[in-house]
Amino acid sequence: MSVNGFLQILIYFGIIVAITKPLGAFMAKVFEGEKTFLYRILRPLERMVYRICGIKEDEDMPWTTYAIAMLAFSAVGMVLTYVLLRTQGMINFAGLNPQGVGAKEMTPDLALNTAASFTTNTNWQNYVPETTLSYFSNMVSLAIHNWMSAATGMAIAIALIRGFSRKSAKGIGNFWVDTVRATIYVLLPIALVGGVIFIAGGVPQNFLPYQVVTTLEGAKQTIAQGPVASQEIIKMLGTNGGGFFNANSAHPFENPNNFINLLQILAIFCIPAGLTYTFGKMVGNTKQGWAIFGAMSAMFLTGAFVCNAAEQSGNPYFAKAGIMTEQTTTQPGGNMEGKEMRFGIGASTLFATVTTDASCGAVNGMHDSYTPLGGLVPLFNILTGEVIFGGVGAGLYGMLMFAIIGVFIAGLMVGRTPEYIGKKIEKFEVQMAMLVVLILAACILGFTAMSANTSYPPGATAVTFDDKHAADEAKLPPLASWNHVNTSSPSNYLGATTNNTNNGGAHGFSEILYMYASATGNNGSAFAGITGNTPHYNVTGMIAMLVGRFFMIIPLLAIAGSLAAKKRVPESLGTFSTDSGTFVALLIGVVILVNALTFFPALALGPIVEHFQMTPTRKPI
Amino acid sequence: MNEIEATNQRSRKSTKLFEPTILVRACKEAFFKLDPRTVAKNPVMFVVEVGSVVTTFLLIRGLMEHNKDNLFVGQVTVWLWFTVLFANFAEAMAEGRGKAQADSLRKAKTDTIARRLVNGVEERVAAPALRKGDIYVCEPGDFVAADGEVIEGIASVDESAITGESAPVIRESGGDRSAVTGGTRVLSDRIVVRVTSNPGESFLDRMIALVEGAQRQKTPNEIALSILLSGLTIVFLFATVTLVPFAHYSVRAASAGEVPSITVMVALLVCLIPTTIGGLLSAIGIAGMDRVMQHNVLAMSGKAVEAAGDVNTLLLDKTGTITIGNRQATAFHPAPGVKEQDVADAAQLASLADETPEGRSVVVLAKEKYGIRERDMESLHAEFVEFTAQTRMSGVDLPGRKIRKGAGQSIQRFVEEQGGSMAPQVREIIERISKEGGTPLAVAENDRILGVIQLKDIVKGGMKARFDQMRAMGIKTVMITGDNPLTAAAIAAEAGVDDYLAEATPEMKLAYIRNEQSGGRLVAMTGDGTNDAPALAQADVGVAMNTGTQAAKEAGNMVDLDSNPTKLIEIVEIGKQMLMTRGSLTTFSIANDVAKYFAIIPAMFFVTYPELGALNVIRLTNPHSAILAAVIFNALIIVALIPLALRGVSYKPASAAQILRKNLLIYGVGGIIAPFPCIWIIDRALVAMGLA
Repeated sequence: MSVNGFLQILIYFGIIVAITKPLGAFMAKVFEGEKTFLYRILRPLERMVYRICGIKEDEDMPWTTYAIAMLAFSAVGMVLTYVLLRTQGMINFAGLNPQGVGAKEMTPDLALNTAASFTTNTNWQNYVPETTLSYFSNMVSLAIHNWMSAATGMAIAIALIRGFSRKSAKGIGNFWVDTVRATIYVLLPIALVGGVIFIAGGVPQNFLPYQVVTTLEGAKQTIAQGPVASQEIIKMLGTNGGGFFNANSAHPFENPNNFINLLQILAIFCIPAGLTYTFGKMVGNTKQGWAIFGAMSAMFLTGAFVCNAAEQSGNPYFAKAGIMTEQTTTQPGGNMEGKEMRFGIGASTLFATVTTDASCGAVNGMHDSYTPLGGLVPLFNILTGEVIFGGVGAGLYGMLMFAIIGVFIAGLMVGRTPEYIGKKIEKFEVQMAMLVVLILAACILGFTAMSANTSYPPGATAVTFDDKHAADEAKLPPLASWNHVNTSSPSNYLGATTNNTNNGGAHGFSEILYMYASATGNNGSAFAGITGNTPHYNVTGMIAMLVGRFFMIIPLLAIAGSLAAKKRVPESLGTFSTDSGTFVALLIGVVILVNALTFFPALALGPIVEHFQMTPTRKPI
Repeated sequence: MNEIEATNQRSRKSTKLFEPTILVRACKEAFFKLDPRTVAKNPVMFVVEVGSVVTTFLLIRGLMEHNKDNLFVGQVTVWLWFTVLFANFAEAMAEGRGKAQADSLRKAKTDTIARRLVNGVEERVAAPALRKGDIYVCEPGDFVAADGEVIEGIASVDESAITGESAPVIRESGGDRSAVTGGTRVLSDRIVVRVTSNPGESFLDRMIALVEGAQRQKTPNEIALSILLSGLTIVFLFATVTLVPFAHYSVRAASAGEVPSITVMVALLVCLIPTTIGGLLSAIGIAGMDRVMQHNVLAMSGKAVEAAGDVNTLLLDKTGTITIGNRQATAFHPAPGVKEQDVADAAQLASLADETPEGRSVVVLAKEKYGIRERDMESLHAEFVEFTAQTRMSGVDLPGRKIRKGAGQSIQRFVEEQGGSMAPQVREIIERISKEGGTPLAVAENDRILGVIQLKDIVKGGMKARFDQMRAMGIKTVMITGDNPLTAAAIAAEAGVDDYLAEATPEMKLAYIRNEQSGGRLVAMTGDGTNDAPALAQADVGVAMNTGTQAAKEAGNMVDLDSNPTKLIEIVEIGKQMLMTRGSLTTFSIANDVAKYFAIIPAMFFVTYPELGALNVIRLTNPHSAILAAVIFNALIIVALIPLALRGVSYKPASAAQILRKNLLIYGVGGIIAPFPCIWIIDRALVAMGLA
């Protein structure tokens, strides 16, 4: 790895450490309803929202009500988005649809996938935004979820924290109040300031139609633009990741320079990192929060270093071919494929690690082009269940779930009924936590297995039809349309779902595995290289995203409810302390071991074997 | 050897862990337990059994078709069956000792004839005909026909059939020693007993059921752990099942090799699922109960033993637990103007006829320290005045001399009645002695207080160290005593307990327990009297003394057959050990999977992806030997860990952090490393024997 890469990681991490405490303390105050420096300015707005929506601020909800409110909120948002996306062609005023895109681009399956994707904070994009979405769709239909899903995630995390901090309580807080506060006091101010800085840094914010320019070579090129900055900041801050442009943060309008790049990855981690401190603060022992932070940090740093080292060491075939892969003062060396020259290996691998640790999914380079080991890092990050800082709120509640499993085993090992933050971990909690683990594993492995072997219709090969052969096209069995690339021209039937991958072999397998891991983990980054805009991938991806989001949240809310109702056990010498180095090590061990054991066979047939194919080390048995 | 160790030695009259008869019986049982209905109770082992059936079927088909890998399939099948058998064997071993004990208990349950009293008329009926509320008579040589309460008379009873203790015990009507147990034998005197339990619900019945484990219910933590293990099993099932389509893809993509056979997939699945802990889980629970039994404590449920490991607060009776039961006279303090010699003389006179240990110690002290010899009561024309609850003093009446000893207030009243008074100096002495943890007994002659006898509680040897250990384990010890707060504080300080409850009444005990529990703490206590019953019932772990009343025994969730209150401490340790064994083996079992993956995955894709051979870090010889070695290791490790499961992991009281670090190192890190050399050895052995 390079000195440059090393320093970038450390500087970035140093800033995150510095942000964690103040932001975390601020959020703790916000969610406890205490006064902050923003109280006088924003409180009237908060009160107004409650009045308009008829929210009773002091109502306390049991976990079931909380869960129903969350589900209703998400369901309404998803249906709304679906309808708005399908009708985007009709919403054409005030320059909100200068390109005149409509329902033809937004097919039903794609609209479903997209609606689910943004509702679940995944922001998987099976479409090319420039040619598919109107400005209205970007700014309203999708962007509302960038706020809503982020606020929901934070609310769930806070509810779970309350499970630990309350004793013998019936309720775990008020979903509406939590989401409103998350939006008004946390997301809004940061997004406002950040958005303005982005504009100053060169990110466009306008409603102009795309411009056609003549390049230096004399060719015509269409330059897409629009209200980018406002979308960009919340995309990062809410760990959403859905780009305004297809190239996402690799596009110079989304991510014009290294300073904005740094701000973007800071925006990704700041709330998830801060929430660890909020957790400690709310349960009355900030060391507990730092322990979680420590476990996340160790895994983040390891991933960042490994990814950087793997990319910097490059592809051995290049070296064999006599291409220089060493770093010099003028050359980055290593593997630069799929990376922006502006960012280089350091900023690209750091971005890749951060975006997959947190369930953001924005990318500033193509993970598909990484070396097998370099690509394994983002993939493994996602497979952990997005608990390395993770999505806003989602990371914390995911990590707490692993803490519950870890504490359960550790508690037995010290000879006591396990307890975490003074709450006994018993049958119900273990049941719910295991339910999450196995549903997520089933979802990722099951859909990967399906897509690695399905064909529409069985045994079919890929066929294309141009307009002249429309009659032949009509003869195809209806099943074939399940793997038909939407709005492709000429019309493209891929047949086997493995044909959607860009590469064959182990790498193709990695592409499929990565897609379902990303969808289930609600990450949304693509390994790229997979053609996802077919009914098969749209529908399976949608199911994976919904399962990954809600089958995680609901059991965790149940845990929150069960914990809140419990008494708090006083700490003694016999209690195994969960703010120690041993606990941090244990937690890391549980996260790595549980996921490594679950996904080892899959990883072995994907990136691991690819790595050994590329760098043969030893004679096989 | 101090006193506690001595009792421990006595109570550990245990049978050896692997006694031949138990071993033989366990081997047989292991096969009976293959019944799918039995195995189904254990999801992990059930999966293994289903896997065994599948490979057996494949083997039979293979034999008919003369496949070339029959040797491999056959070996996998055999070892899969062995995996189930080994787990069954472990459980049978754990149950073995209990069964042996149950057999001997059943012998005590002979069909005796009871002499039932109906309206004062005796009639002979078979013991099972007795019902709750019936009354029967027992005379020397009679077996006690049913559990009951002595309502008339006093008798010495041989309870060895139940407690194993050969010395007879006294049972009498009224008071705290009124309970008799069916199956025991009256040695002397006649007692009338009221039956307190119906046939089939007796103490002996319950005991047999308990030691046999027939009514064994899973404990809360065991259930939670089972859920975790089932969850992991399902996760690994997904990982293995989806590996088949993954393999199809890979074989197509690489255009080489073939999809691993079902046998190999089953082998991988069985290796991955937590069979080690799954196979030993119930054995650990049964063995834990059994260890409690070896200490001669009857736990009414495994839940109680498990709760003992969680206890935060331990309520211990002072007398008999912390101090040796009797107080001893250690000094005489004269009142102003009285000679020490005279106090000693009067004290000895007052105690001559006092047969209590305290009284004897006064006589002995006077003799040893002041050379006053014992005198004969009759030659002195002395009349003994017995202690009564009203007067709360005792003494002698000599011609012209009334000598009394007793509590300060009682003696004060005594001298005041005769026109005397208590000097302030005497009151000071009394208070000082109390403060130092002693019991003051004032001595008076007629209207004059001569002085004060200092009685002292003797704290048992080794208690302080015990309580220090408890503290290190995070357990608070509380001494319960009827003494006044001053005395209690002094003894508490000497014994090293964390807290004390002085002048304790049953209501206060109950209130104290409730208060602790409302703070989320678990409380354990011992008790024997009927008035302890509410507190015993309220406590999370209530250990009733076998000598205690029926009410106490029913209220508690454990009965100590030796009636040794110190044992609570050991029960706590056993409870902890039980959980620790489960946790450690779970960690070990999961950590083992790493090595198994490294052995099996490269072997599975030997042809398809030869590059994966790089993962074969221990250089296993060939695909068959690698897979077999992992399967065999997986089976043998169960057997290897049976002794550990039965004995429990080693436990020394230490803070949670230290224990966790130690166990994580041994069972976590050790669990990752250990399988590599083992699998390697098995691999080489298989190759050497030509089996793979």
